[in-house]
Amino acid sequence: MSAPEFDHPDVVLVPHGPMLLRGVGSVQDADGTVHPVERPVVALCRCEKSSRLPWCDGTHKVIPR
Amino acid sequence: MRLPKPRGPLSEWLVARLAGAGVTGAAPDAGSWDDECLSLWTLHELSFRGFEDGDDRAEWDPALLGVRHELETALEGRLRARWTRTDRAGAVAPHEVPAALEALVAADDGPSIADHVRRHADRDQVLELLRQRSVYHLKESDPSAFVVPRLPVRAKAALMALQFDEYGDGDPNRLHSHLFARGLEAVGLRAEYGAYVDDAMTENLEMNNAGSLFGLHRRLRGAAMGHLAAFEMTSSLPSRKMVQGLDRLGLAGPMSDYYDEHVEADAIHEHLALRDICGTLAEDEPDQAGEILFGAWTCLDVEARFATAFLSGSEVA
Ligand code: FES
Ligand SMILES: [Fe+2]
Ligand SMILES: [Fe+2]
Repeated sequence: MSAPEFDHPDVVLVPHGPMLLRGVGSVQDADGTVHPVERPVVALCRCEKSSRLPWCDGTHKVIPR
Repeated sequence: MRLPKPRGPLSEWLVARLAGAGVTGAAPDAGSWDDECLSLWTLHELSFRGFEDGDDRAEWDPALLGVRHELETALEGRLRARWTRTDRAGAVAPHEVPAALEALVAADDGPSIADHVRRHADRDQVLELLRQRSVYHLKESDPSAFVVPRLPVRAKAALMALQFDEYGDGDPNRLHSHLFARGLEAVGLRAEYGAYVDDAMTENLEMNNAGSLFGLHRRLRGAAMGHLAAFEMTSSLPSRKMVQGLDRLGLAGPMSDYYDEHVEADAIHEHLALRDICGTLAEDEPDQAGEILFGAWTCLDVEARFATAFLSGSEVA
């Protein structure tokens, strides 16, 4: 177990939070606009309350569950 | 950057010594908390970018390392005493670290500077805030960079993903400290590294010293990563308020671009820091679990102390 193979999923669902995507080149939002991605990881909003869809802006933390 | 203006006998001795003014003999005691904080800030800076009018060899000068050690011991003692006085400092199991971090952040009741900026602050108060914040934002993420070689595999990979974004994803124009420098310039402030250290409030110096202390000591790697997590977890929503306040005051442009970038980036970074960095570090090195929480709580505490001092100086209740 000194040099294990680690889990490293490309898509991670954060409990009550966004969907993390690793290593993607672009994302098309619900309006059909394509957003290029420069970051190694992005967070896609799942609560639909973000002020900057398709990205999460942390708003999910202040909506009551 | 040039050497700072001394604030008492210790920083006077230190600055003269760094300037090569032929100072010998033992360092005098600090004359005040302010003198102490500026002295440690100056000694730490030798390991970041240094001083154009100071001797670069001073970073590893044994006599100065002795002074630094004393100041760091006092600071760490102060920070740990504050932490153990809270009722949150009990033992935590490694797998509970992410939830415990979330609970710490949720319980944070420090005053919010961003709320003040969003609704009430006038232009002068915001410019003063930006001068204060420049002490850190012009070296943003640099303290955490020292921690990379000191981490186990999973935490190391995750910290690099986070830092790559902080450092502009390979594009110098998007480096966060550079975005802040461009913002300073756009609002008519000085943008060069260390420009406003002489104006830094004592609480601000202590806040910076805590981050540098954690980053520079391998022993404190857990505290450094907890500090990073708390910072990232309390950035996205306040950054949005900063954007709204800057817009309200007609300061939109490169400075609000800096905060705007943090709305999006830190909504990602907080998850990397919480689970992939702190969560895996605690699993791989269980003795770091409590240290991670100590670092996180300290990050919130020093910001609350700075915010309290800043807002009382701005005459707001
Ligand atoms: S999931 Fe974060 S704002 Fe919607
Ligand atoms: Fe940043
Ligand atoms: Fe960040």
